[in-house]
Amino acid sequence: MAEYYHPISLVSEKCQGRRKCLRVCPTQAIRVRNGKAVINGELCIDCGECIQACPHGAILPITDPFVVSQDFKYKVALPSPVIYSQFRPDVNPKRIAQAIKRIGFDFVIDVSQACEEIAIAIEEFLSQYEGRLPLISAFCPAVVRLIQVKYPDLTELVMPMDIPREIAAREFKAKLSSEAACDPKDIGVIYLTPCPAKMVSIRQPAEKTSSFLDGAISLRDIYRPLLAALKEVREGDIDRDILQDFTFCAGWEMLGEMTRLLGSEHLIAVSGLSDVTKVLEDIENSKLRNVEMVEASSCMGGCIGGPLAVENMYVARSNITGHLVRCGPRPPVNRQAAIEKYRNGYYDLERRLAPRPLRPLDPDRAIAIEKKKRKEALIVSLPRIDCGCCGAPTCEAFADDVVRGLAVIEDCVWKGGM
Amino acid sequence: MNEEILFSQEFWIAGGDFSNAGSVSTQIKAVLKDIGFDPRIVRRTAIACYEAEMNVVMYADRATVRLYATPSKINIQFDDEGRGIPDVEMAMQEGYSTATPEMREMGFGAGMGLPNIKKNSDVLEINSELGKGTRLDITILTV
Repeated sequence: MAEYYHPISLVSEKCQGRRKCLRVCPTQAIRVRNGKAVINGELCIDCGECIQACPHGAILPITDPFVVSQDFKYKVALPSPVIYSQFRPDVNPKRIAQAIKRIGFDFVIDVSQACEEIAIAIEEFLSQYEGRLPLISAFCPAVVRLIQVKYPDLTELVMPMDIPREIAAREFKAKLSSEAACDPKDIGVIYLTPCPAKMVSIRQPAEKTSSFLDGAISLRDIYRPLLAALKEVREGDIDRDILQDFTFCAGWEMLGEMTRLLGSEHLIAVSGLSDVTKVLEDIENSKLRNVEMVEASSCMGGCIGGPLAVENMYVARSNITGHLVRCGPRPPVNRQAAIEKYRNGYYDLERRLAPRPLRPLDPDRAIAIEKKKRKEALIVSLPRIDCGCCGAPTCEAFADDVVRGLAVIEDCVWKGGM
Repeated sequence: MNEEILFSQEFWIAGGDFSNAGSVSTQIKAVLKDIGFDPRIVRRTAIACYEAEMNVVMYADRATVRLYATPSKINIQFDDEGRGIPDVEMAMQEGYSTATPEMREMGFGAGMGLPNIKKNSDVLEINSELGKGTRLDITILTV
């Protein structure tokens, strides 16, 4: 079975078996065995819900240490636009970009341009697309993996187009390597991330061989040095490239920003895994009619609600809204050039998204049916209060474990166990 | 059905309960995924069931749903108590709907319900008696 990389580590010594993580996991990938939580790597979608739920800090996100960027000749930061929402609203985003340079990067990239261009490409794609609807946005790695794990039939709906952070890194590498006449391998583009899931899309992308990004540093880890640097950066210190190239108007960090750029009525934006799940169920039932595209983000409110963000999501939202007003109109984008690129396949992904292997109760259908009958009978016999004492998140999940041979009925306290 | 029934389960739908509409087809989908049917089979079944469920919610008082799996097919029977379908032939035509303006406002009543069930199933039998109810027998071949 394929080995999946996960940017989440579980520190067993810290785990007190309090089962907070059990209940928040959207794919029911966690069990508590012998008093300690364990994560099933086949089901984990890297959403980070468990990280936030653990009261003992036993579940940690794995991102690159701040020193990773020293490995490259040219150190480039590609900040998630979330970063500009993490400071007081009167802090000019351009000062923040300058402060990022100050803490050790040679260049900083603004993702706005790539967002604008890809929105144009998506519009072009939608105008010619005649297949099954609605399509689903691909920029949230946790949503993409949720679909791969739980909704195999919906993988064909995930937007088959590369995403802004990847395109921004790719364009910058091409530009710098030709200008500085250097090997693109000498350029390290590091994503400053509000969630660990981005690590997976860098280390183990689902739709291509390798990412254009070279690593990801957590916003949490970089916040303190950034705050110190910010104190020293004055408005007059801002480099010309930042003053000229940065617009901050078009990031997809906040729920609804992508659909805003697309500007069609037939789009919906959904965030938070329980709501995303509801919408995916509706799509599976073909209930969503007259919807062309769904913007979906696993974190509530969009990436600004990410587990590695520092600021409260609602404050961050207000800050961004303020920036958007101050930044004025959207930057001019060469629409025709973007469409041309799209037609030449520039935004195409190497391969279509494939579902993860299905998990029937048994590979043999006759046995699976027998197990299903046992499971249903067992569910009815359980208290169905989902106490979690057995180590499974729900009585139903416990029944599933029992018929799969992963737990024994005596694990249930109500069934005379313990 | 002459074949051996390997699995069966019963569900209930309350007419007029728009907030829970779709929950039976979601449950049926979960059963089929557990048993390990091909995702395309699961999708067709889910769409057919969802449409049938919506018809019950919109037009009937209540319904019993029976899911059967045999070695070669999935069979779902929707047995409702309600007003019945006055003209089945008309109802089978795309775009024909007797939905009220309220239902249309909620985005239903496009006249695609029965045609969509037909499209996603291999055999569809409809028996309706005015003032009593409708029985829908949906079959999807799995081999």
